[in-house]
Amino acid sequence: MNGTNDGQAIRAESVSRHYQIGEAVIRAVDGVTFQVERGEFVSLLGASGSGKSTLLNLLAGLDRPTGGEIWVESRSLGAMSSIELARYRSHTVGMVFQAFNLLPRMTLEENVELPLRLAEVDRAERSARVREALERVGLGRRLAHRPGELSGGEQQRAALARALVNRPSILLADEPTGNLDSKTGAEIMELLREFNDKLSMTIVMVTHEAALADRFSDRIVTIADGKLLSNVVKT
Amino acid sequence: MKASDLGELALRNLREAVLRNSLTTLGVAVGVASLVAMLSLGVGLQQFTNRRLASSGLFNAIFVAPRTNFTGFGPRAEAPVEHPRPLDEAARIEMEHLAGVTEVYPQIRFMTELRYNSVPYTTVVAGLPSSDRSDSAFDGMQGRFFSSQTADEAILGIRFARELSPKDTGALIGRDLVLRYAARQPLNSSTEASDAGAPPKSPKSGKGAHSDSGADQGLSGFSVVPRKKTLRIIGIIKSEPEAGFGGFRATQVYIPLTLAQTLQATQVSDLREVLQGPGAGEGQRYASLTVRVKSSSQVVAVENEIKKMGFRTFSLFDASRNLRLLFALLDLLLGIFGSLALAVATLGIVNTLVMAILERRREIGVLKALGAADRDVKQLFFVEAGTMGVLGGIFGVGMGWFIGRLLTWGTNFYLHRQSLPSVDVSAVPWWLALGAIAFAVGVSLAAGIYPAARAARLDPVEALRYE
Repeated sequence: MNGTNDGQAIRAESVSRHYQIGEAVIRAVDGVTFQVERGEFVSLLGASGSGKSTLLNLLAGLDRPTGGEIWVESRSLGAMSSIELARYRSHTVGMVFQAFNLLPRMTLEENVELPLRLAEVDRAERSARVREALERVGLGRRLAHRPGELSGGEQQRAALARALVNRPSILLADEPTGNLDSKTGAEIMELLREFNDKLSMTIVMVTHEAALADRFSDRIVTIADGKLLSNVVKT
Repeated sequence: MKASDLGELALRNLREAVLRNSLTTLGVAVGVASLVAMLSLGVGLQQFTNRRLASSGLFNAIFVAPRTNFTGFGPRAEAPVEHPRPLDEAARIEMEHLAGVTEVYPQIRFMTELRYNSVPYTTVVAGLPSSDRSDSAFDGMQGRFFSSQTADEAILGIRFARELSPKDTGALIGRDLVLRYAARQPLNSSTEASDAGAPPKSPKSGKGAHSDSGADQGLSGFSVVPRKKTLRIIGIIKSEPEAGFGGFRATQVYIPLTLAQTLQATQVSDLREVLQGPGAGEGQRYASLTVRVKSSSQVVAVENEIKKMGFRTFSLFDASRNLRLLFALLDLLLGIFGSLALAVATLGIVNTLVMAILERRREIGVLKALGAADRDVKQLFFVEAGTMGVLGGIFGVGMGWFIGRLLTWGTNFYLHRQSLPSVDVSAVPWWLALGAIAFAVGVSLAAGIYPAARAARLDPVEALRYE
């Protein structure tokens, strides 16, 4: 079967990512097949080094698989040129990271504006959209602050605002609570849930915390040693 | 990314490492400055030389004299001719109509008496052709140049002006001088005019022609009558205008050439004219004429034409072509030396941008994750390199100009102590300024190629890996 069904956001078919280091072949992702439905909140659960982050990067189009095929909203990532992949990252997916990855010398407003610049959105439209995104994560009054002036939780909220400012249909989150205490982490997870419920965003979250995955996501895909271990739909 | 966003991000990045980028830009500026200073020196010397050569009238002028069958020094160069063609008005007009000729004028200088406030002074008066206006002697003169070639106006040399008014030479401008001179009057013609420069009446030819009504064919003499003419002082010059062959030497009073011709003042050469026998009285004769041509390259052709007309000519060969070649070589050498510093500055740009890549690894990774294409990252680095080039170029041209001024100042300080006139040894024409900036930008962009490609190639997964 090619492409994704109408209801599917992402379909990965026997996806592999092997690294050749000297004589040794490292199979970071090894023949993984799974689907994500539109509007689903899926957790990729695994220990560190299990290959879950590598899989997320493949879904994000930051890396290309050495085998298999990934379709996102009926388009094959493997068939895209690097410029098309950049457009895909800009318009179709939003990313958040464990380390937040806000640019430290820019204000929150400028950080959140960055994806709009890259997507060549008109200047006139930008500031309203930046404001809207920051208000949605509860940082409407911190526009002029720099990341260093904020707490970890606030930084991750700003990163979320940046991820959704371009109104992507899919949010990819790589250990979004990994640098946060459990209370703040829970707040971030609530926000993700809210995006999932209210904005109908499809969310794929990488985590090593089974409890978190269990509490917030619709489905848990467990990965170990680059292979799919289980695929459990929560009831 | 849009150009405006690229520019904004680039400037922002440059500001973030302001010290390092300023130093790199300063490096470019020093490189450009050394290039500009070197070339400005070459250009300045070339302009100075060209100006001197052009104003000397040596390279675009031909000196014309009638064949006189002159014997005296060494062997005769030409076979004697029985009836040498006279150098008269008709010949002058004929020469003026040759291709490339801008002006044909006689040299008129005569010793005479001038009165200022009724005090008599004896001095030499010379006629200036209008082309002398461009002579450097009139740059920065007090007062102005002649309003027309027939105006009753005089320009004084500073030496004579000081003699007339030791305290304030400027006060002389607008005052009147009375020129008293000996005018030629053809024999047998009326002697009505007493004051004024009106030419003697002439029934058959125009201005300046020598009337000969009813004269004997063998007789070409004239009588000399005293006349006077009032002239207004309109300007004072510090140095003598160059005048080609002969020059003005010691002349301290200049009047318009056409006016000088109409005065019919007796000149030294007039005596020779008297002796020239039959035909000599048929019109005004010139002892010599100076032919000015548009460019020195036309000198040889025009000179040949004039020789065919039956006159003796003299000119210097076109030396300016070799001179141009020499200066092109000089500019090339100066440019090479000047470019060395810019080459070093280029390495500075490469170094700065490579450092920036190492520092901004994560940032580049983030940009890519947020949707930046390789091309965007590449352009960002290019714009940063180009901006350093533009700023360094502009600043460098300013510095180079300043160094040139310093060199000029230093040279003139030295020349002044040697009691020599000052010269402009450096010049930064607009093409050099713009060319240097464009060169700086080009070189900076070239320096940006490697870092930009490297930044664009950066693997975002590697760059974003949590440390």
